[in-house]
Amino acid sequence: MDKIRRKILETGGAGLLAATVPTSMAFAQSAPVKIGMSMPQTGGLGAGGQAALIGLRMWVDDVNAKGGLLGRKVEFIVYDDQSNGANTPGIYTKLLDVDKVDILIAPYATNPTAPIMPLVKERGKLLMGNFSFQVNAKVQHDMWFNNAPWNDAKGWSEGFLEAGKNAGAKSIAIFAADAEFQQNLANGCREVVKNTDWNLVYDQNYPGNNTDFSSIIRSVRAARPEVVFVACYPNEAVAIMRSVNEIGLGSQVQIFGGGMVGLQFTPVMQSLGSLLNGVVNYNSYVPGMKFPGIEDFFKRYTERAIAAKVDPLGFYLPPFNYATGQMIEQAVNATKTFDNKRLADYLRRNEINTIVGPISFDKNGERSKPRMVQAQFRNIKDNDWEQFKNPGKQVVIWPAADKQGDVITPFDRARKAT
Amino acid sequence: MNVNEYIFFAGFVILQFVVLATAWNILGGYAGYVNFGVPAFIAVGAYTAVVLFKSISAPLVVQIIGGGILAGLLGLTVGLLTLKLRGIFFSIATVAVVFILETVVMNWRYVGGATGLQLTRPQDLWIFDTYTRMLFFVMAVLAIGSVSIARYIQDSFLGRGLRAVRDSEEAAECSGVPTLKIKLIACTISGALMGIAGAPMPMYLSYIEPTATFNLNYSISALGMPIIGGTSHWIGPVIGALLLATIQQVVTVTVSNELNVLVVGVLLVLFVVLAPDGILGLIKKWKQSSK
Amino acid sequence: MISLDLLFEAVLFGILLGCFYAAVSLGLSVAFGLLDVPYVAHPALLILGSYFTFLLSKTGIDPIICGLLLMPVFYVIGIALYRFYYETFERRSSDTGVRGLAFFFGIAFIIEVCLILVFGVDQRTVSATYIGSSLEIGEYRFPYRMLVAFGIAIFLTTLLTLYFSKTFNGRAIKAVGQDEGALRLMGANPVKIKQLAFGIATAVNALAGAMLIIVGPVEPAMDRIYIGRTFCVVVLAGLGSMSGTLVAGLILGIAESIVMMTLGASWAPAVSFGLLLLMLGIRPQGLFGR
Repeated sequence: MDKIRRKILETGGAGLLAATVPTSMAFAQSAPVKIGMSMPQTGGLGAGGQAALIGLRMWVDDVNAKGGLLGRKVEFIVYDDQSNGANTPGIYTKLLDVDKVDILIAPYATNPTAPIMPLVKERGKLLMGNFSFQVNAKVQHDMWFNNAPWNDAKGWSEGFLEAGKNAGAKSIAIFAADAEFQQNLANGCREVVKNTDWNLVYDQNYPGNNTDFSSIIRSVRAARPEVVFVACYPNEAVAIMRSVNEIGLGSQVQIFGGGMVGLQFTPVMQSLGSLLNGVVNYNSYVPGMKFPGIEDFFKRYTERAIAAKVDPLGFYLPPFNYATGQMIEQAVNATKTFDNKRLADYLRRNEINTIVGPISFDKNGERSKPRMVQAQFRNIKDNDWEQFKNPGKQVVIWPAADKQGDVITPFDRARKAT
Repeated sequence: MNVNEYIFFAGFVILQFVVLATAWNILGGYAGYVNFGVPAFIAVGAYTAVVLFKSISAPLVVQIIGGGILAGLLGLTVGLLTLKLRGIFFSIATVAVVFILETVVMNWRYVGGATGLQLTRPQDLWIFDTYTRMLFFVMAVLAIGSVSIARYIQDSFLGRGLRAVRDSEEAAECSGVPTLKIKLIACTISGALMGIAGAPMPMYLSYIEPTATFNLNYSISALGMPIIGGTSHWIGPVIGALLLATIQQVVTVTVSNELNVLVVGVLLVLFVVLAPDGILGLIKKWKQSSK
Repeated sequence: MISLDLLFEAVLFGILLGCFYAAVSLGLSVAFGLLDVPYVAHPALLILGSYFTFLLSKTGIDPIICGLLLMPVFYVIGIALYRFYYETFERRSSDTGVRGLAFFFGIAFIIEVCLILVFGVDQRTVSATYIGSSLEIGEYRFPYRMLVAFGIAIFLTTLLTLYFSKTFNGRAIKAVGQDEGALRLMGANPVKIKQLAFGIATAVNALAGAMLIIVGPVEPAMDRIYIGRTFCVVVLAGLGSMSGTLVAGLILGIAESIVMMTLGASWAPAVSFGLLLLMLGIRPQGLFGR
């Protein structure tokens, strides 16, 4: 019987069979187990993606040093989707049909991930989410598990809006790119604003490849909002901060920021420097937050990152990508199989211990216990990445459990504060 | 049958280019009007399919027919507006249509706007094992159909008229050829076929979004393939498409996505400079010299 | 609903933007407007100029100076390109329309893909003291990068207009588009004149490319939207008119700025292409064309 099974495994299309036949343990020393994904390594998300990739490769090396998964070496296959969602369906089809991977990890971020959701659902494949936001809301795939420390938009905008309320603000301006993540987040914020007594004075969407924000910032300024909520991707974040510096928002703005992706990447933080001061933005980790084993991870990460000329601090994504690997490892070791359905079952029912703490999922595959923070940038100097190593540069203002200080308002004062 | 699914996935794209190249050639090769706005017609086909699917759960056949009709109408409209303009102005006008339609679609929430739309394929596979195989078969039928249409046009009165327009539009006018009418017919048919090629795409990817659908890369491929294959005969675009699209798919799987476009671009420039009659022309020359 | 204040600021910004558009279209005005070359690769060469400026500015040289330094290089590229085009297409006149267009289209794509292969799809920027801050006049803020681009645009347009009207070669260039035979009788070699013109057009692209990367970040695929903007300006102006290019640029700049303010930035791409189609439909010879 074993010979026949081996033959089946060796012909085309066997990848699927291998995942479903639980006797793969019998081939301990033979075929490697393939884990595949596309990662945005160039394009707007590239700076984040490259850092995340190091986190994943660290896990692959660690697990292979321990003997692999169920005795099989992990082979890690990665492509570059260039931060472009148009490339991911083709790449993931290739991963499944040509490379025959056993376990799929999603690309970093919502926009490259959204296009492949129908595909993985139709094929019945497990997909390990990678810092996407509400990307499973419409498709409702039951084998999706997102490693990001947030859940829905309400949770996200809550802290931000609370800080604004405490500063006495009543009016809010929202602007966001017309793309999956930015719209998911902005719509969530719009819902909250609609159901409370906030006064929405400006609300605009802009095309994702917009590079000049002068007219938007000018219009925002003219609307005289006290809180400005922005949902944007890295390239836009840089252009927006430059524009804010050029045009100004008016002295009445108390809080600015909220959902700006990219301000967590060290290269972006370094290039923007003092332009960041005063901005209140979300993050997954800032120095001062306690996670078990994370200091050790950063030490090892920084070594590899500096050698690869990538984000040397790696706060935002790498620990969570390493955690994705840990989740796969624990699920495989517990269920003794690579069968996607059994792994999904395990992840749904169990809490996994990782370097970013215990992780458990709700029925949508999002984190049941979110732990994201809103932090305010303070005292940032230009052209210095080392300054971000220590607490005090990104001061957590929400939630109470991780709070490091009170928010400084208004925005103009916070920009100059020392 | 234990054939790798990816062959059908890639094969679909190759067949799609056979349709696109053939469609482009009807106006570009036969009549000499270079249409840069190929993506606009593909997108009209694709988005019509999306609207039909989303609103009335239309089956694939209806989506394709709907896409073809609307794309044909677009062809007619563009023709009416621009076929009076000479060469380069017509071409630039077709680029304009792409961007204008793209902007309209980006602002249209129902079809997903700039964000895009996730689509769940219906599971009616007919006699096939997977949806991709069915789409492959459908595209094969469409390819055979469009090539037959091109062949018919070539040998008909329409074809002769178009060739007369290409050689000298003024002379054709003077000798009584209804140039505007036949140009419009060619534009409509060309557009309709491109729309038909675009209509199955949303189902193929289970996703649609404007930037990829309106991508000008389609233009360089759709005009490169007939020019490389040979524009004067219906088999030229077929040869060009089969050859080039296969190379592109191999390159995509083995190397990268960009090199795709570079391959077409370089071959296009080489052929335009050295072998303007395409592969067909080279075959003819070789046959003549070996006599 | 839009305050007069805001509208006024949009118009002012539109003027700065418009002059910038005019400057990046000057090269096309010469190559296509005067010489009738189907130069769809013009925006691609513009982006190429931006990337070369990016590379050169890494040595610490100010981007404007980089642009100026690149002009002779691009002049040579322009001459070579025209020479090649002429020998291959214009000489043997059969089917030039399709083939010439396809050729330049192919060149544009090759340039774009090579840029992606070498630099990746990431956005590139340059830095200079005048990038990032603005001039404050009352409540209005004018970004210095736009003022710099405006200045260069005025400089280039004036220079070219003077050149075409005051020098022998310049007037010969203007003449060659209209009547080649007469020019030959006057002792000038039309091919050499066209070559010179194309060289100048491409050299202008170098400085325009530097301006582009000063005004905002650049990525390889930007040549596509600039096909619309540059051809819109050239068609709006009317083939062969230099000062018309400036006016046309202003119209486009102000229109885009107002649309961005009123309808939103998502409609901006349609402005240039829409104006282009409109002009082609109702008055193909442009506002000032011959």
